Amino acid sequence: MKRYDLVVIGAGPSGLSAAIEAASHGLNTIVFDENARPGGQLFKQIHKFFGSKEHKAKIRGIDIGAKLVAEAEEVGAKVVQNATVMGIFPHKDISVMIDGEVYTCKADNIIVATGASENTLAFPGWTLPGVMGAGSAQTQMNLYGVMPGQRILMMGSGNVGLVVGMQLKQVGCELVAVVEAAPRIGGYGVHAAKLARTGVPFYLKHTILRAEGEDHVRKAVIAEVGDDWKPIPGTEKEFDVDTICLAVGLSPMYQLAMTAGCKLVDEPINGGVHPEVDEYGATSVPGVFCTGDLICIEEASSAMVKGRIAGAAAARRAGYLTEEEHAAIHKKYKDSLDQLRQGMFSGKNKGNPNIKTTAEGIPLSDSLLTHGYLKEEEVRNFPGYSHQAGGFHPVVECTQNIPCNPCQDVCPKHCITVGDQITALPTVHPEIECINCGMCVSSCPGQAIFLINEDFEPGYSAIALAYEFLPRPEKGDKGTALDRSGQPVCDAEVVDVRAAKAFDRTVVLTMKVPAEMVNKARFFVPKEAKAE
Amino acid sequence: MRVSEHPILSDFKKGRLVTFEYDGTTLEGYEGEPIAMALKANGIEIHRYTTKLHKPRGIFCSIGRCTDCVMVVDGVPNVRTCMTALKEGMKVQTQYGVSAKKEDDE
Amino acid sequence: MSSICDETYHLGEFEPRPDDDTIICRCEEITRGEIRRAIHDGMYTINEVKRFLRVGMGLCQGQSCIKIVRGIIAEELGIPMSEVNVITARSPVRPVPMGVYGNDTFDPKFLGGDEDE
Repeated sequence: MKRYDLVVIGAGPSGLSAAIEAASHGLNTIVFDENARPGGQLFKQIHKFFGSKEHKAKIRGIDIGAKLVAEAEEVGAKVVQNATVMGIFPHKDISVMIDGEVYTCKADNIIVATGASENTLAFPGWTLPGVMGAGSAQTQMNLYGVMPGQRILMMGSGNVGLVVGMQLKQVGCELVAVVEAAPRIGGYGVHAAKLARTGVPFYLKHTILRAEGEDHVRKAVIAEVGDDWKPIPGTEKEFDVDTICLAVGLSPMYQLAMTAGCKLVDEPINGGVHPEVDEYGATSVPGVFCTGDLICIEEASSAMVKGRIAGAAAARRAGYLTEEEHAAIHKKYKDSLDQLRQGMFSGKNKGNPNIKTTAEGIPLSDSLLTHGYLKEEEVRNFPGYSHQAGGFHPVVECTQNIPCNPCQDVCPKHCITVGDQITALPTVHPEIECINCGMCVSSCPGQAIFLINEDFEPGYSAIALAYEFLPRPEKGDKGTALDRSGQPVCDAEVVDVRAAKAFDRTVVLTMKVPAEMVNKARFFVPKEAKAE
Repeated sequence: MRVSEHPILSDFKKGRLVTFEYDGTTLEGYEGEPIAMALKANGIEIHRYTTKLHKPRGIFCSIGRCTDCVMVVDGVPNVRTCMTALKEGMKVQTQYGVSAKKEDDE
Repeated sequence: MSSICDETYHLGEFEPRPDDDTIICRCEEITRGEIRRAIHDGMYTINEVKRFLRVGMGLCQGQSCIKIVRGIIAEELGIPMSEVNVITARSPVRPVPMGVYGNDTFDPKFLGGDEDE
């Protein structure tokens, strides 16, 4: 039987990071992954990530995936695809099915990084073709280029629902609404705002009653829920949709760790049942570590750091790191993880209705939390707002404490600062001249930054915004400006379209609107879709 | 339907265009993509009818967890079509219960 | 915990609900009503419900439904969901043909590794 210093199960962000860390310290490392391609869910994540530079912020998930795969190869970790681990047995024997044959090997250390699976929601009609997980829709459109449907209802307003909702619109699907049972939008306000300004309505405190159709979804019926979470008769609303996406959370996939004998715990804060681990990812079974979403449902940025922690711990256990070396490495990653675990969306704070202000003491926008957009007058309450005569200046509509600071990193003039605590709200310094380079607009993963020129032309103001839709507008195109809620507010003309390499496929579109609309207009819709 | 162009993704990694058989008709798909994706691109969303209630099922999770998309592939039932790569000339059949439709059912 | 394992624990009369027809276990096509009734008939643990009704014993091995089933048991028994166990996961954790499972002599040289003494 073959033996490895370390077997990693799962080649997603955490598994690959664990393998890279361990192999870089010299462990003979092999990674088994059941999918055709490595990267886990990263290759479906076409949006830019939050965080700071060390967390690979403002880079799209797909590109982070490619980087990790290359890095794993560089440090000599062997990544085997189409390799389904069937079970982990006593003495750390591992059976894996490769190409229709069973391979059994032995590991001195095992890191289980099997990730999470999507939660489901059972309602009449949920077995009809056309009802699917949001991640399922993402796989279809972003990995294989197949349209998940035409008219889509999104159940769930966490980051998965919001991000996938946006991506559905990017491939040309119609997102008819986002439905959420809770009284608050679960995901980042900036993600919700991206959808709201394109006109997607949010139905908070609503649930789905049923999906209708014979052999496929044809209709969805939702209703408002009372404080007891039960539907209120008479509040039903119907949508003609062909697809219903479920984005109602993720649960750790603990099954394989369970076959290894790892003790499980049930902690809703971490996503439910998962293996019990210490701060190094060590489980109740010596030499078996767990990491990534398997131990706590978080963003992929956190999963990567958790993977590093487990990889370093395995290297220490295998004797490739001294205690001191390991302590230093662990501290570095622990600090990095702690940075990501701050703010109002961290495990302990998520969904807490008692959080009514930002860390800076500014009242949160109720409108953002319930409708997905800030009210015009609320924007001024935040340190990202600026108003100044003459020339472009940034307006940062970032109003929640999210761990993220690319705006500070990319501004060549330091007009925007976040500070050392990366969950702090960005502050705009109007006294520093902005050169309208567009870097902040394109780099903000929340697309929450606008460059404003109040005196663009007599009677007109200009607004530069991030734009990631097709067809790509051209200079001179006429259209309509929408406000933050997606309502048309005025005519608009495209005066500039920039697509620099540094913008990484985000187009910075500048539109001209009547001066009085400068604080209202936040999205551009071309007059009519160009002829096919 | 396939995504014709995308604002972020420049291309989808596709194998060569091949033909395969679906319930007796010939369809086209890209070699190596999951069978389920080739079917969906051709507008086919019913993969099977259930054993007890004879209800239609299609793609639910797309990543091999839920097993709702299983079909009879080259005579083998319960094949997860979202995880199984399309090959030229494959014979894909709607699954009824745990088998393909029998001749005398028609 | 002891109280819910006591088979004489009385849950009261089974009251039908309008959503009893909803399928919960997609693979085995088990409804919410069937699960609720089983609980009222004395199946107070997830493994009992599983063996009685086959929920979570289909092709997907409970990947899609077990969290919902645990929720139903918790609701019927009036206990927190954390007190309802998960079903025991066993190898193979993914569908594997028996012919493959029974033959483990495969040793691909390309996978490297050290010979174990």
